[in-house]
Amino acid sequence: MVSSASPASPAGASGGRVVSIQNVVHRYGKAVALDGLSLDVPSGIRVGIVGPDGVGKSTLMALVAGAKKLQQGRVLVLDGDIAEARHRRDVGPRIAYMPQGLGKNLYLELSVYDNVDFMARLFGLSPEERKARVPQLLEATGLGRFAARPAGKLSGGMKQKVGLCGALVHDPDLLILDEPTTGVDPLSRRQFWTLIEDIRAGRPGMSVIISTAYMDEAQQWDWIVAMDAGRVLATGSPAELMRRTGTHDLEKCFIALLPEEKRRGHKEITIPPRVAGNAELAIEAHGLTRRFGTFTAVDHVTLNIERGEIFGFLGSNGCGKSTTMKMLTGLLPPTEGTAKLFGSAVDAGSMEVRKNLGYMTQAFSLYGELSVNENLVLHARLYHLPPDKAKARIEELVERFGLTAHLDAPAGDLPMGLRQRLSLAVAVLHGPQILILDEPTSGVDPVARDSFWELLIDLSRKQGVTIFVTTHFMNEGMRCDRISLMNAGRVLAADTPQKLIESRNADSLETAFIGYMEDAIAEKERAEGKATAATPAPAPQAPPPPSPGEPRVERAGLKLRVGRLMAYAANEANQILRDKVRLAFAFIGSAVLMLVFGFGITTDVENIRYAALDLDQTPESRAYLEQFSAAQPYFAPTQPARSADEALRRLQSDDVSVVMEIPPRFGLDFRRGSGPEVLAQVDGAMTFRGDTVEQYVQGVHNRMLRDPASGFQSARAQQDTANIEERYLYNPTFQSIYSIVPSVPALLLLLIPAILMTVSIVREKELGSIINFYVTPTGRLEYLLGKQLPYVAIGMANFFILTALSLVVFGVPIKGSFLTLVVCALFYVMATTGIGMVTSTFTGSQVAAVFVTAILTIVPTIQFSGLLQPVSTLQGGAKLVGSIWPATYYMHASLGAFTKGLGAGLILRDVAFMAVCVPLLLAISVVGLRKQEK
Amino acid sequence: MNSLLNILWLGLKEIRSLLSDAVLVVFVVYAFTLAIYVQATGTSSEVNNASIAFVDEDGSALSKELLNAFYPPRFMSPEIINADDIQPDMDRGRFMFVVVIPPRFEHDLRAGRTPDIQVNIDATAMQQAGIGSGYIKNIINDRISSFMRRTEATGPKPVNLVVRKLFNPNGVSSWFKSVVAIINQITLLTVVLTGAAVIREREHGTLEHLLVMPLTSFEIAMAKVWANSLVILVATGASLFLVVHLVLKVPFAGSVVLWFVGVVLYLFFATALGIFLGTISRSMAQFALLIILVVLVLMLLSGGSTPVESQPKWLQYLTYLLPARHFVSFSQVIIYRGGGLWAVWRQFLMVAAIGVGFFVYSLALFRKSIAVSK
Repeated sequence: MVSSASPASPAGASGGRVVSIQNVVHRYGKAVALDGLSLDVPSGIRVGIVGPDGVGKSTLMALVAGAKKLQQGRVLVLDGDIAEARHRRDVGPRIAYMPQGLGKNLYLELSVYDNVDFMARLFGLSPEERKARVPQLLEATGLGRFAARPAGKLSGGMKQKVGLCGALVHDPDLLILDEPTTGVDPLSRRQFWTLIEDIRAGRPGMSVIISTAYMDEAQQWDWIVAMDAGRVLATGSPAELMRRTGTHDLEKCFIALLPEEKRRGHKEITIPPRVAGNAELAIEAHGLTRRFGTFTAVDHVTLNIERGEIFGFLGSNGCGKSTTMKMLTGLLPPTEGTAKLFGSAVDAGSMEVRKNLGYMTQAFSLYGELSVNENLVLHARLYHLPPDKAKARIEELVERFGLTAHLDAPAGDLPMGLRQRLSLAVAVLHGPQILILDEPTSGVDPVARDSFWELLIDLSRKQGVTIFVTTHFMNEGMRCDRISLMNAGRVLAADTPQKLIESRNADSLETAFIGYMEDAIAEKERAEGKATAATPAPAPQAPPPPSPGEPRVERAGLKLRVGRLMAYAANEANQILRDKVRLAFAFIGSAVLMLVFGFGITTDVENIRYAALDLDQTPESRAYLEQFSAAQPYFAPTQPARSADEALRRLQSDDVSVVMEIPPRFGLDFRRGSGPEVLAQVDGAMTFRGDTVEQYVQGVHNRMLRDPASGFQSARAQQDTANIEERYLYNPTFQSIYSIVPSVPALLLLLIPAILMTVSIVREKELGSIINFYVTPTGRLEYLLGKQLPYVAIGMANFFILTALSLVVFGVPIKGSFLTLVVCALFYVMATTGIGMVTSTFTGSQVAAVFVTAILTIVPTIQFSGLLQPVSTLQGGAKLVGSIWPATYYMHASLGAFTKGLGAGLILRDVAFMAVCVPLLLAISVVGLRKQEK
Repeated sequence: MNSLLNILWLGLKEIRSLLSDAVLVVFVVYAFTLAIYVQATGTSSEVNNASIAFVDEDGSALSKELLNAFYPPRFMSPEIINADDIQPDMDRGRFMFVVVIPPRFEHDLRAGRTPDIQVNIDATAMQQAGIGSGYIKNIINDRISSFMRRTEATGPKPVNLVVRKLFNPNGVSSWFKSVVAIINQITLLTVVLTGAAVIREREHGTLEHLLVMPLTSFEIAMAKVWANSLVILVATGASLFLVVHLVLKVPFAGSVVLWFVGVVLYLFFATALGIFLGTISRSMAQFALLIILVVLVLMLLSGGSTPVESQPKWLQYLTYLLPARHFVSFSQVIIYRGGGLWAVWRQFLMVAAIGVGFFVYSLALFRKSIAVSK
């Protein structure tokens, strides 16, 4: 092998250690995940890290992979300190890391091929290398047929294989797999391990570090690290560890390794045999089928479960277990078939059935923010237990389930084992006859799991409760009275565990299960008329390393960087094109808002409803009022008011906005020349409208006095006035549409690109795919610019859409230089996506990112950049914000190009400002973006 | 009876959950205090600090007098510029108004002629330009006539106009803006809280848990409605009293009780909208994007930002179906104009009808979404 011959090979230089960990402490807030852990990992072998959830396995692996920032201690990986950025950059291409969670670092919208190809691009493989390598890997893992399928539509096992392909694409020396098989069906699991073996056979120098919660899986590995509470309990080969503890399987061995106080109260579970013969059926299902569209989730499941039986349902994630349970509980109506509980049919929504049912869902589904006691009390109330009976029952359960010490603790803060016990307490609170438990023990440590099972056995044997439980732990399946094996929506077999094993001549339930699965697949293929009975098991040849002898690292640095940048850009563009909601927000959102703003925001006050209150009724008064009625479209006359009272009421109910009151003797006083008074009552509730109406009234009045035709003209008054000529520059008709329509894009081209940009980064943080950025040699600048590129393109597309709307729908023409405006818009969207980048550095969830970005962008844009109030009239802090906020400059440029008809020279100033903003925002984001998880 | 109890217990749980979510609580408190204050006192549509310049080609006593007539706070102290600078300065947005006084202005006036004064207005600054130019005209005319009166005897005007502004005599814009701000926050927060409650319950799997219990989807939804409505009502009441009444000193002309009756009617619509959006969005992130679109549109078209009468006719018919528009309208009637039930019953009826209709629809959708949730 080429790499094992090279001096940098792990086996060669580091004296047999691939990883050396010294006194590592890692905290999350107050919680200690790793507590002074030290460990030397030999190289070139398969190392298993075992222990239940929450003992620090994932933290340890992320630290070794360099994905997480080291807090305290020292971690040496491949002969260098992983805390040093330089070393990480150097060895990055030699390490492959697959984080926990099914398909966590995959892009679920993208196809299988695109996902693997993306990783290959990040590791700098040339297009030719990729074209050869990616299909090769997919074929080797049996994914070749699914290359075009979106990763989100794969089963858990297949997702994990895609993840593995992505990890292997650059031919690593150290492979780190964090719980790669949790929740994966047994057949896929076995295929997965076979695949790893094949790869190792081709590359003997490669070290593999794997963590798992399935103790039985670890049995076959070379070297085991047993962990508990952030520390290493023991290391050694499985045989050695079992010999040391005098046990025969790893699970018991692990329990024996635990410190004394954790083991206290733990005893071997013994299941008293069930008294058979009381044939009353608790659960009957016949031909139960559920389809979602064309997908059949559950396919003709038939079950008969007797009262008091513990019935297990074994299967992988997504095999239809949960859907079956939902149909049994009446949560989901079956497409076909019937379900009966104690002889009566389960109708979706039937209340009687639900009162007899206790249910515990897959994930912890109680209110984490409520305390243990509050959770129990809430459920007692919802089942309408009488208060005194409820109290007694809660006390009894708290006692029996060992929750006394935690009564007032928020349920969300409890450790997994206790939470599951609380869930069970809640589920049995109302004394149900049937308990339905959906994977109640995933993530619970072995000791807690055993004590949980004790409770179940007690309920079944002593109280005759029928228990229906799903699990993907085989050893839990062994504890059930009967189990059914489920795969792809079908029950493969149902019987007592012992009989199932015997009937297949298998050595364990797992082997039996795999046997049944293989039969089912073979049968299906026969039915489909396939010529060969070949299962999708991997082809046994390992993928060869990419063209040996040609060191990839030597490819030009800049070319490599641009390649990664473009990889991210293509990836992002691909994703957004497949996300309908974001795509709609990007394009329809801005168009809708443009229309609403354009038509909805108008400062043209017209059609003011006015009423006359003529207490004089002379020719003069009528002539005076006539002037107002004639002032269309400003005033819209309504029925004249008959009394002052009526006038006030109509003003109060918003029927009219102004009342012109002519006093008695108006005509007489006018003829006498004693200057009668006319009262205009203006509705001032909406201040802007009130001010405008006042101006209009004044205007009509003044014009009347000057106009000889009106009959109110006086020779003297005219002498003292100048003729004021108003020049409405830029917008001669003074219609707000010419000012609003060019201004709105400044807001929309800020809001929408900024939000999309920030979501694209924060989404990766939230969903976990940002790991790819942490563990590949991608630089911050490459990452950010790559992500920005598609959004700049979207922003520009939006700019053209908005401009088209302005021209076509609103009829606002461009008087100035369009070309300059295009340049300006380009810099503007680069700046606004930059703002989104900056907000993404300090927000952790998509929701927070959206709201923070919206609030931060809308306020200064509306208030301080000239949309409502010209920047020249701002003062103090507002002026400062206004003068550095890019929207101010874009608004000036846009108004300038559309309405003012400004030349390129005046707009270039705005372009220049934005051109300064772009690198500045980028620099802030680069500094703020972490290259490692905290 | 049992059903009512279920709604009560679930609602109490809802409030308890909300109170333990520190971020949301801070957001609600901020939205109903500081945010209202900032919006009410932030920008104003009044002419304030308008930038103005003069080109004085006359250089007479009268032109000096006119120049001095413009002063803060309504106008900035005027600058004197050259005629050549008008265009470039206005192009750059330095001034909103430039007044040009021609040569021999005072002389012409005394000779009984009517000389021209040119007022250049940046007509792209819509709100202030219109009102501001009106002020400028009035100020110039007043000054000229008082200047002339000092030297010549003048008679009274043939007709005097007295303008009285009702309901807000001094035209303080924070009166109007504070109430619009509260209305906007009621819409936003109700939708956010209710929608988030639906999504949170679904994302945490607790919804499924509730559904296997003897509870109906109606009870689950109603509990969310009353609990979130109550939180909003309390916040609104506190905000009205503390921020609007005590700090901003806005008088409340009508009946507070009547207004709150109206708010309760409106909350039917707002919670229904929250449930609707919470049901159709698959994740919190989608929900957040949807909210921005929906709530922004609601706020802009409700008549709180610009008068409804100014919208195009066809849009006015559409906005007639928006409860937010009637909410803004009856709030103005009750709060400023002191109108009673006789003045607002039509709006109340409209809000109630649309609210209940949409509520029933959202509930049906919610129920359906639960049935098909995988």
